[in-house]
Amino acid sequence: MKVVVDMNKCQDHGQCVFAAPDVFSMDDDGHLLYVADADDALRDEVEEAADVCPLQAIRIED
Amino acid sequence: MPDGTQVPDGRRVVVVGASMAGLRAAEQLRAAGWTGAVTVVGDEPHMPYNRPPLSKEVLAGKAPFDSLAFTPKASTADVEWRLGTKAVAARLAERAVDLDDGTTLSYDGLVVATGMRPRRLRCPGPQAGRHTVRTLADAQGLRDELTRPGARVVVVGAGFIGCEVAATAVGLGVTEVTVVDPLPLPMVGPLGPLLAHALLRRHEERGVRFALGTGVAGFEGDDRVTGVVLDDGTVLPADIVVESVGSTANVEWLDGNGVDLADGVRTDEWLRVGGRPEVVAVGDVARFPNARYDGVPRRVEHWSIPTDTAKHAAKVLAAHLADGGGELALAPFAPLPTFWSDQHDFRLQSFGAPVLGRDDVRILDGDPDGDVLVGYHVGDRLVGVVALGGHAVASKAARYRAELLKQPALSVQGAVK
Repeated sequence: MKVVVDMNKCQDHGQCVFAAPDVFSMDDDGHLLYVADADDALRDEVEEAADVCPLQAIRIED
Repeated sequence: MPDGTQVPDGRRVVVVGASMAGLRAAEQLRAAGWTGAVTVVGDEPHMPYNRPPLSKEVLAGKAPFDSLAFTPKASTADVEWRLGTKAVAARLAERAVDLDDGTTLSYDGLVVATGMRPRRLRCPGPQAGRHTVRTLADAQGLRDELTRPGARVVVVGAGFIGCEVAATAVGLGVTEVTVVDPLPLPMVGPLGPLLAHALLRRHEERGVRFALGTGVAGFEGDDRVTGVVLDDGTVLPADIVVESVGSTANVEWLDGNGVDLADGVRTDEWLRVGGRPEVVAVGDVARFPNARYDGVPRRVEHWSIPTDTAKHAAKVLAAHLADGGGELALAPFAPLPTFWSDQHDFRLQSFGAPVLGRDDVRILDGDPDGDVLVGYHVGDRLVGVVALGGHAVASKAARYRAELLKQPALSVQGAVK
Protein backbone atom coordinates (compact mmCIF):
# COMPACT_ATOMS: atom_id res chain seq x y z
CA MET A 1 0.00 0.00 0.00
CA LYS A 2 1.42 3.38 -1.01
CA VAL A 3 0.80 6.19 1.48
CA VAL A 4 0.97 9.72 0.13
CA VAL A 5 0.98 12.83 2.32
CA ASP A 6 0.62 16.21 0.64
CA MET A 7 3.39 17.99 2.54
CA ASN A 8 2.16 21.34 1.19
CA LYS A 9 -1.03 20.75 3.17
CA CYS A 10 0.38 19.00 6.26
CA GLN A 11 0.55 21.27 9.31
CA ASP A 12 1.95 18.70 11.76
CA HIS A 13 -1.22 18.20 13.80
CA GLY A 14 -0.17 14.63 14.58
CA GLN A 15 -3.66 13.11 14.64
CA CYS A 16 -2.42 10.49 12.14
CA VAL A 17 0.16 9.34 14.69
CA PHE A 18 -2.59 8.32 17.12
CA ALA A 19 -4.53 6.52 14.40
CA ALA A 20 -1.62 4.72 12.73
CA PRO A 21 1.51 4.80 14.92
CA ASP A 22 3.20 2.14 12.78
CA VAL A 23 3.11 4.45 9.76
CA PHE A 24 3.23 8.00 11.13
CA SER A 25 5.42 9.61 13.81
CA MET A 26 6.63 13.04 14.86
CA ASP A 27 10.27 14.06 15.25
CA ASP A 28 11.54 15.98 18.27
CA ASP A 29 10.59 19.30 16.65
CA GLY A 30 7.01 18.14 16.16
CA HIS A 31 7.28 17.54 12.40
CA LEU A 32 5.74 14.60 10.57
CA LEU A 33 7.64 11.48 9.53
CA TYR A 34 5.91 8.61 7.71
CA VAL A 35 6.42 5.29 5.96
CA ALA A 36 5.48 5.72 2.30
CA ASP A 37 5.46 1.99 1.52
CA ALA A 38 3.30 0.55 4.31
CA ASP A 39 2.22 -3.05 4.92
CA ASP A 40 -1.23 -3.76 3.52
CA ALA A 41 -2.29 -5.15 6.91
CA LEU A 42 -2.25 -1.54 8.17
CA ARG A 43 -4.87 -0.33 5.70
CA ASP A 44 -7.63 0.22 8.29
CA GLU A 45 -5.25 2.23 10.47
CA VAL A 46 -4.13 4.40 7.59
CA GLU A 47 -7.72 4.98 6.46
CA GLU A 48 -8.47 6.12 10.00
CA ALA A 49 -5.44 8.42 9.86
CA ALA A 50 -6.70 9.90 6.58
CA ASP A 51 -10.13 10.47 8.15
CA VAL A 52 -8.79 12.32 11.18
CA CYS A 53 -6.22 14.48 9.37
CA PRO A 54 -7.43 18.07 9.91
CA LEU A 55 -5.93 19.13 6.58
CA GLN A 56 -7.14 15.99 4.72
CA ALA A 57 -3.58 15.64 3.44
CA ILE A 58 -3.31 11.81 3.53
CA ARG A 59 -4.13 9.55 0.60
CA ILE A 60 -3.77 5.84 -0.02
CA GLU A 61 -2.66 4.87 -3.51
CA ASP A 62 -2.98 1.14 -4.09
CA MET B 1 -47.45 12.72 -0.96
CA PRO B 2 -45.56 10.64 -3.54
CA ASP B 3 -42.12 9.33 -2.79
CA GLY B 4 -39.56 11.27 -4.80
CA THR B 5 -37.18 8.41 -5.38
CA GLN B 6 -38.57 4.95 -4.78
CA VAL B 7 -35.72 2.57 -4.03
CA PRO B 8 -36.06 -0.76 -5.89
CA ASP B 9 -35.53 -3.04 -2.89
CA GLY B 10 -37.27 -0.54 -0.62
CA ARG B 11 -34.50 -0.34 1.98
CA ARG B 12 -32.94 3.06 2.41
CA VAL B 13 -31.09 5.18 4.92
CA VAL B 14 -31.67 8.92 4.58
CA VAL B 15 -28.93 11.21 5.91
CA VAL B 16 -30.14 14.76 6.44
CA GLY B 17 -27.15 17.10 6.29
CA ALA B 18 -24.37 16.98 3.67
CA SER B 19 -21.42 18.33 5.57
CA MET B 20 -18.60 16.35 7.15
CA ALA B 21 -20.89 14.45 9.53
CA GLY B 22 -23.26 13.44 6.72
CA LEU B 23 -20.39 12.24 4.54
CA ARG B 24 -18.77 10.30 7.35
CA ALA B 25 -22.13 8.73 8.23
CA ALA B 26 -22.57 7.51 4.64
CA GLU B 27 -19.02 6.12 4.57
CA GLN B 28 -19.33 4.47 7.95
CA LEU B 29 -22.68 2.88 7.08
CA ARG B 30 -20.89 1.14 4.21
CA ALA B 31 -18.00 0.20 6.50
CA ALA B 32 -20.52 -1.24 8.97
CA GLY B 33 -22.01 -3.46 6.29
CA TRP B 34 -25.08 -1.54 5.17
CA THR B 35 -25.66 -2.43 1.49
CA GLY B 36 -29.04 -0.74 1.00
CA ALA B 37 -29.55 2.66 -0.57
CA VAL B 38 -28.19 5.82 1.03
CA THR B 39 -29.58 9.26 0.18
CA VAL B 40 -27.86 12.36 1.57
CA VAL B 41 -29.83 15.62 1.62
CA GLY B 42 -28.04 18.97 2.05
CA ASP B 43 -29.11 22.58 1.69
CA GLU B 44 -25.76 23.91 0.47
CA PRO B 45 -25.04 23.43 -3.27
CA HIS B 46 -21.60 21.90 -2.56
CA MET B 47 -20.38 18.40 -1.87
CA PRO B 48 -19.10 18.11 1.72
CA TYR B 49 -16.10 20.31 2.44
CA ASN B 50 -13.76 21.01 5.32
CA ARG B 51 -14.80 24.07 7.32
CA PRO B 52 -11.83 24.98 9.57
CA PRO B 53 -9.92 26.71 6.72
CA LEU B 54 -12.86 29.10 6.19
CA SER B 55 -11.74 31.44 8.98
CA LYS B 56 -8.08 31.15 8.02
CA GLU B 57 -6.77 29.96 4.62
CA VAL B 58 -9.96 30.78 2.68
CA LEU B 59 -10.13 34.30 4.13
CA ALA B 60 -6.44 34.71 3.42
CA GLY B 61 -6.98 33.64 -0.19
CA LYS B 62 -4.73 30.58 0.12
CA ALA B 63 -7.30 27.80 -0.30
CA PRO B 64 -9.52 27.36 -3.38
CA PHE B 65 -12.66 25.23 -3.00
CA ASP B 66 -11.00 22.22 -4.63
CA SER B 67 -8.60 22.04 -1.71
CA LEU B 68 -11.46 22.02 0.84
CA ALA B 69 -13.71 19.34 -0.68
CA PHE B 70 -13.50 15.98 1.05
CA THR B 71 -12.61 13.02 -1.16
CA PRO B 72 -15.47 10.57 -0.53
CA LYS B 73 -14.44 6.95 -0.13
CA ALA B 74 -15.01 4.60 -3.08
CA SER B 75 -17.59 2.71 -0.99
CA THR B 76 -19.94 5.70 -1.30
CA ALA B 77 -19.91 5.83 -5.11
CA ASP B 78 -23.59 4.78 -5.24
CA VAL B 79 -24.78 7.26 -2.62
CA GLU B 80 -27.45 9.63 -3.92
CA TRP B 81 -26.70 13.29 -3.14
CA ARG B 82 -29.67 15.69 -3.07
CA LEU B 83 -27.77 18.97 -2.77
CA GLY B 84 -29.32 22.42 -2.68
CA THR B 85 -32.30 20.74 -1.02
CA LYS B 86 -33.49 21.28 2.50
CA ALA B 87 -35.45 18.96 4.78
CA VAL B 88 -38.43 20.93 6.06
CA ALA B 89 -40.22 18.35 8.20
CA ALA B 90 -39.90 14.83 9.54
CA ARG B 91 -42.63 12.40 10.48
CA LEU B 92 -40.67 9.90 12.53
CA ALA B 93 -43.67 7.67 13.26
CA GLU B 94 -44.22 7.27 9.50
CA ARG B 95 -40.47 7.14 8.74
CA ALA B 96 -40.69 9.99 6.25
CA VAL B 97 -38.83 13.25 5.60
CA ASP B 98 -40.37 16.11 3.59
CA LEU B 99 -38.05 18.21 1.41
CA ASP B 100 -38.41 21.80 0.25
CA ASP B 101 -38.72 20.67 -3.38
CA GLY B 102 -42.04 19.06 -2.51
CA THR B 103 -40.85 15.46 -2.44
CA THR B 104 -40.98 13.08 0.48
CA LEU B 105 -38.30 10.51 1.24
CA SER B 106 -39.33 7.38 3.12
CA TYR B 107 -36.63 5.61 5.06
CA ASP B 108 -35.71 2.53 7.03
CA GLY B 109 -32.99 4.41 8.87
CA LEU B 110 -32.52 8.15 9.43
CA VAL B 111 -29.30 10.00 10.28
CA VAL B 112 -29.73 13.52 11.64
CA ALA B 113 -26.67 15.56 10.57
CA THR B 114 -28.06 19.07 10.08
CA GLY B 115 -25.43 20.84 12.18
CA MET B 116 -25.50 24.43 13.31
CA ARG B 117 -25.96 27.91 11.91
CA PRO B 118 -24.43 31.10 13.28
CA ARG B 119 -26.40 32.99 15.89
CA ARG B 120 -27.00 36.59 14.82
CA LEU B 121 -27.02 39.75 16.91
CA ARG B 122 -30.45 41.24 17.29
CA CYS B 123 -29.55 44.92 17.35
CA PRO B 124 -30.99 47.86 15.45
CA GLY B 125 -29.13 49.12 12.38
CA PRO B 126 -28.29 48.21 8.79
CA GLN B 127 -27.58 44.64 7.65
CA ALA B 128 -25.06 45.29 4.87
CA GLY B 129 -21.47 44.87 6.02
CA ARG B 130 -22.40 42.30 8.69
CA HIS B 131 -20.92 38.84 8.21
CA THR B 132 -20.75 35.39 9.73
CA VAL B 133 -18.30 32.59 8.95
CA ARG B 134 -19.93 29.19 8.62
CA THR B 135 -20.18 28.39 4.92
CA LEU B 136 -17.93 28.76 1.92
CA ALA B 137 -20.22 31.52 0.60
CA ASP B 138 -19.87 33.35 3.94
CA ALA B 139 -16.07 33.20 3.82
CA GLN B 140 -15.86 34.28 0.18
CA GLY B 141 -18.18 37.23 0.82
CA LEU B 142 -16.14 38.32 3.83
CA ARG B 143 -12.86 37.97 1.95
CA ASP B 144 -14.11 40.23 -0.86
CA GLU B 145 -14.71 43.03 1.66
CA LEU B 146 -11.63 42.40 3.84
CA THR B 147 -9.32 42.92 0.91
CA ARG B 148 -10.60 46.45 0.19
CA PRO B 149 -7.90 48.99 1.12
CA GLY B 150 -8.44 50.72 4.43
CA ALA B 151 -11.19 48.42 5.67
CA ARG B 152 -11.90 48.74 9.38
CA VAL B 153 -13.04 45.53 11.05
CA VAL B 154 -14.96 44.88 14.25
CA VAL B 155 -15.29 41.26 15.33
CA VAL B 156 -18.10 40.67 17.80
CA GLY B 157 -17.33 37.62 19.94
CA ALA B 158 -13.87 36.71 21.29
CA GLY B 159 -14.23 32.95 20.94
CA PHE B 160 -12.10 30.74 18.73
CA ILE B 161 -13.69 31.74 15.41
CA GLY B 162 -13.67 35.45 16.24
CA CYS B 163 -10.03 35.35 17.30
CA GLU B 164 -9.04 33.32 14.21
CA VAL B 165 -10.80 35.84 11.94
CA ALA B 166 -9.14 38.77 13.74
CA ALA B 167 -5.73 37.15 13.35
CA THR B 168 -6.34 36.43 9.66
CA ALA B 169 -7.48 40.02 9.06
CA VAL B 170 -4.29 41.38 10.65
CA GLY B 171 -2.29 38.94 8.53
CA LEU B 172 -4.00 40.36 5.42
CA GLY B 173 -2.76 43.81 6.35
CA VAL B 174 -5.95 45.22 7.86
CA THR B 175 -4.70 47.84 10.31
CA GLU B 176 -7.84 48.39 12.39
CA VAL B 177 -9.17 45.16 13.84
CA THR B 178 -11.08 45.28 17.14
CA VAL B 179 -12.61 42.32 18.97
CA VAL B 180 -15.61 43.03 21.23
CA ASP B 181 -16.90 40.67 23.91
CA PRO B 182 -18.94 40.99 27.12
CA LEU B 183 -16.46 38.70 28.90
CA PRO B 184 -13.23 40.18 30.28
CA LEU B 185 -10.85 37.94 28.28
CA PRO B 186 -10.81 36.15 24.92
CA MET B 187 -11.67 32.41 24.85
CA VAL B 188 -11.98 32.45 28.64
CA GLY B 189 -15.09 30.28 28.70
CA PRO B 190 -13.51 27.12 27.30
CA LEU B 191 -9.92 27.74 28.49
CA GLY B 192 -10.06 29.65 31.80
CA PRO B 193 -8.17 32.86 32.69
CA LEU B 194 -4.58 31.60 32.71
CA LEU B 195 -4.44 30.86 28.99
CA ALA B 196 -6.94 33.61 28.16
CA HIS B 197 -4.56 36.24 29.60
CA ALA B 198 -1.69 34.77 27.58
CA LEU B 199 -3.83 34.82 24.43
CA LEU B 200 -4.94 38.42 24.96
CA ARG B 201 -1.33 39.54 25.24
CA ARG B 202 -0.27 37.63 22.13
CA HIS B 203 -3.11 39.07 20.06
CA GLU B 204 -2.40 42.62 21.24
CA GLU B 205 1.32 42.24 20.47
CA ARG B 206 0.37 41.26 16.91
CA GLY B 207 -1.91 44.25 16.36
CA VAL B 208 -5.41 43.14 17.39
CA ARG B 209 -7.32 45.61 19.58
CA PHE B 210 -9.90 44.53 22.14
CA ALA B 211 -13.01 46.09 23.68
CA LEU B 212 -13.79 43.62 26.47
CA GLY B 213 -16.43 43.61 29.17
CA THR B 214 -18.97 45.22 26.87
CA GLY B 215 -21.78 44.11 24.61
CA VAL B 216 -23.03 45.64 21.38
CA ALA B 217 -26.06 47.97 21.58
CA GLY B 218 -26.50 48.59 17.85
CA PHE B 219 -25.00 49.45 14.50
CA GLU B 220 -24.58 52.86 12.89
CA GLY B 221 -25.05 53.59 9.19
CA ASP B 222 -27.80 54.02 6.63
CA ASP B 223 -27.37 51.57 3.75
CA ARG B 224 -24.55 49.69 5.40
CA VAL B 225 -22.63 49.54 8.65
CA THR B 226 -20.32 52.46 9.45
CA GLY B 227 -19.91 51.83 13.17
CA VAL B 228 -20.59 49.53 16.10
CA VAL B 229 -22.24 51.07 19.17
CA LEU B 230 -21.07 49.57 22.45
CA ASP B 231 -23.17 49.33 25.61
CA ASP B 232 -21.76 52.58 27.04
CA GLY B 233 -22.50 54.51 23.84
CA THR B 234 -18.94 54.43 22.49
CA VAL B 235 -18.86 54.01 18.71
CA LEU B 236 -16.18 51.91 17.02
CA PRO B 237 -15.91 52.96 13.35
CA ALA B 238 -16.35 49.87 11.17
CA ASP B 239 -16.74 49.00 7.49
CA ILE B 240 -17.00 45.30 8.21
CA VAL B 241 -18.57 43.54 11.19
CA VAL B 242 -18.01 39.85 11.83
CA GLU B 243 -20.52 38.25 14.17
CA SER B 244 -19.01 35.22 15.90
CA VAL B 245 -21.39 34.94 18.82
CA GLY B 246 -22.11 31.23 18.90
CA SER B 247 -24.44 29.02 16.95
CA THR B 248 -27.94 27.61 16.86
CA ALA B 249 -28.82 23.99 16.09
CA ASN B 250 -30.70 23.26 12.86
CA VAL B 251 -33.47 21.17 14.40
CA GLU B 252 -36.70 22.93 13.42
CA TRP B 253 -37.42 20.30 10.77
CA LEU B 254 -37.74 17.73 13.60
CA ASP B 255 -40.43 19.69 15.44
CA GLY B 256 -43.63 17.88 16.33
CA ASN B 257 -42.13 14.44 16.89
CA GLY B 258 -41.84 14.51 20.66
CA VAL B 259 -38.03 14.62 20.46
CA ASP B 260 -36.02 16.66 22.99
CA LEU B 261 -34.70 19.50 20.82
CA ALA B 262 -33.47 21.83 23.57
CA ASP B 263 -29.99 22.80 22.29
CA GLY B 264 -29.54 20.23 19.55
CA VAL B 265 -30.95 16.73 19.31
CA ARG B 266 -30.83 14.77 22.55
CA THR B 267 -29.49 11.26 22.04
CA ASP B 268 -28.91 8.26 24.27
CA GLU B 269 -25.41 6.84 24.80
CA TRP B 270 -25.66 5.02 21.49
CA LEU B 271 -26.57 8.25 19.66
CA ARG B 272 -30.17 7.11 19.09
CA VAL B 273 -32.90 9.73 19.02
CA GLY B 274 -36.28 9.78 20.74
CA GLY B 275 -36.18 6.11 21.75
CA ARG B 276 -36.22 5.11 18.07
CA PRO B 277 -33.54 2.59 17.12
CA GLU B 278 -33.81 3.59 13.45
CA VAL B 279 -32.96 7.26 14.09
CA VAL B 280 -29.47 8.45 15.08
CA ALA B 281 -27.83 11.89 15.30
CA VAL B 282 -24.23 12.77 14.39
CA GLY B 283 -21.96 15.82 14.33
CA ASP B 284 -22.35 19.02 16.30
CA VAL B 285 -26.15 18.87 16.33
CA ALA B 286 -26.05 15.75 18.54
CA ARG B 287 -26.39 16.35 22.29
CA PHE B 288 -24.97 13.12 23.66
CA PRO B 289 -23.83 11.83 27.05
CA ASN B 290 -20.12 11.01 27.03
CA ALA B 291 -19.51 7.87 29.09
CA ARG B 292 -15.91 9.04 29.59
CA TYR B 293 -17.07 11.93 31.74
CA ASP B 294 -20.15 12.67 33.82
CA GLY B 295 -22.90 11.42 31.53
CA VAL B 296 -24.44 14.89 31.15
CA PRO B 297 -25.62 15.25 27.53
CA ARG B 298 -23.72 18.00 25.72
CA ARG B 299 -23.22 19.12 22.17
CA VAL B 300 -19.55 19.27 21.21
CA GLU B 301 -18.53 21.57 18.36
CA HIS B 302 -15.09 20.11 17.72
CA TRP B 303 -13.85 18.99 14.33
CA SER B 304 -13.23 15.45 15.63
CA ILE B 305 -16.86 14.88 16.61
CA PRO B 306 -18.45 14.33 13.16
CA THR B 307 -16.10 11.42 12.49
CA ASP B 308 -16.35 9.99 16.02
CA THR B 309 -20.14 10.17 16.12
CA ALA B 310 -20.54 8.84 12.57
CA LYS B 311 -18.47 5.74 13.33
CA HIS B 312 -20.46 4.94 16.43
CA ALA B 313 -23.89 5.81 15.09
CA ALA B 314 -23.38 3.94 11.81
CA LYS B 315 -22.53 0.74 13.69
CA VAL B 316 -25.61 1.15 15.87
CA LEU B 317 -27.91 1.85 12.93
CA ALA B 318 -26.45 -0.85 10.67
CA ALA B 319 -26.78 -3.44 13.45
CA HIS B 320 -30.41 -2.48 14.03
CA LEU B 321 -31.24 -2.61 10.32
CA ALA B 322 -29.48 -5.97 9.97
CA ASP B 323 -31.21 -7.86 12.74
CA GLY B 324 -34.12 -5.63 13.66
CA GLY B 325 -33.56 -5.29 17.35
CA GLY B 326 -31.04 -7.81 18.65
CA GLU B 327 -28.72 -7.07 21.54
CA LEU B 328 -26.31 -4.25 20.83
CA ALA B 329 -22.75 -5.54 21.23
CA LEU B 330 -21.23 -2.10 21.41
CA ALA B 331 -19.91 0.01 24.28
CA PRO B 332 -21.57 3.36 25.02
CA PHE B 333 -20.12 6.34 23.13
CA ALA B 334 -17.07 7.73 24.95
CA PRO B 335 -14.94 9.87 22.64
CA LEU B 336 -11.85 11.76 23.81
CA PRO B 337 -12.57 15.28 22.54
CA THR B 338 -9.77 17.10 20.75
CA PHE B 339 -9.57 20.49 19.09
CA TRP B 340 -7.09 22.97 17.76
CA SER B 341 -7.09 26.62 16.76
CA ASP B 342 -4.47 28.37 14.62
CA GLN B 343 -4.13 32.11 15.29
CA HIS B 344 -1.31 34.31 13.95
CA ASP B 345 1.86 32.24 14.31
CA PHE B 346 0.72 30.06 17.21
CA ARG B 347 -1.52 27.07 17.74
CA LEU B 348 -3.79 25.97 20.55
CA GLN B 349 -4.02 22.18 20.81
CA SER B 350 -6.43 20.55 23.26
CA PHE B 351 -7.07 16.98 24.35
CA GLY B 352 -9.79 15.90 26.75
CA ALA B 353 -12.36 18.22 28.33
CA PRO B 354 -10.57 21.28 29.75
CA VAL B 355 -13.89 23.01 30.34
CA LEU B 356 -14.67 20.47 33.10
CA GLY B 357 -11.45 21.37 34.94
CA ARG B 358 -11.37 25.14 34.52
CA ASP B 359 -11.30 25.73 38.28
CA ASP B 360 -8.00 23.87 38.76
CA VAL B 361 -5.53 24.80 36.04
CA ARG B 362 -1.85 23.90 36.49
CA ILE B 363 1.16 24.63 34.31
CA LEU B 364 2.65 21.30 33.22
CA ASP B 365 5.50 22.68 31.10
CA GLY B 366 6.90 26.04 29.99
CA ASP B 367 5.44 29.39 31.03
CA PRO B 368 2.60 31.58 29.75
CA ASP B 369 4.99 34.13 28.21
CA GLY B 370 6.38 31.48 25.88
CA ASP B 371 5.27 28.04 24.80
CA VAL B 372 3.14 26.60 27.58
CA LEU B 373 1.34 23.37 28.37
CA VAL B 374 -1.44 23.46 30.98
CA GLY B 375 -3.47 20.74 32.66
CA TYR B 376 -7.10 20.98 33.77
CA HIS B 377 -8.13 18.99 36.83
CA VAL B 378 -11.16 17.79 38.73
CA GLY B 379 -9.86 16.88 42.15
CA ASP B 380 -6.49 15.31 41.39
CA ARG B 381 -7.65 13.86 38.15
CA LEU B 382 -6.36 15.32 34.91
CA VAL B 383 -9.36 15.88 32.57
CA GLY B 384 -7.78 17.95 29.82
CA VAL B 385 -4.53 19.43 28.51
CA VAL B 386 -4.03 22.46 26.28
CA ALA B 387 -0.80 23.50 24.57
CA LEU B 388 -0.22 27.06 23.39
CA GLY B 389 2.69 27.87 21.13
CA GLY B 390 4.61 26.07 18.40
CA HIS B 391 4.73 22.50 17.17
CA ALA B 392 7.04 21.20 19.85
CA VAL B 393 4.70 22.05 22.72
CA ALA B 394 1.73 20.60 20.82
CA SER B 395 3.68 17.35 20.63
CA LYS B 396 4.14 17.45 24.39
CA ALA B 397 0.37 17.75 24.82
CA ALA B 398 -0.01 14.65 22.70
CA ARG B 399 2.00 12.67 25.25
CA TYR B 400 -0.71 13.31 27.84
CA ARG B 401 -3.37 11.95 25.51
CA ALA B 402 -2.61 8.36 26.46
CA GLU B 403 -3.00 9.24 30.14
CA LEU B 404 -6.37 10.89 29.45
CA LEU B 405 -7.51 7.81 27.52
CA LYS B 406 -6.58 5.42 30.34
CA GLN B 407 -8.62 7.08 33.04
CA PRO B 408 -11.87 5.55 34.29
CA ALA B 409 -15.16 7.40 33.90
CA LEU B 410 -15.40 10.63 35.87
CA SER B 411 -17.53 10.31 38.97
CA VAL B 412 -20.79 12.22 38.97
CA GLN B 413 -19.78 14.13 42.12
CA GLY B 414 -16.91 15.59 40.16
CA ALA B 415 -19.24 16.76 37.44
CA VAL B 416 -19.44 20.36 36.39
CA LYS B 417 -22.81 21.55 35.20
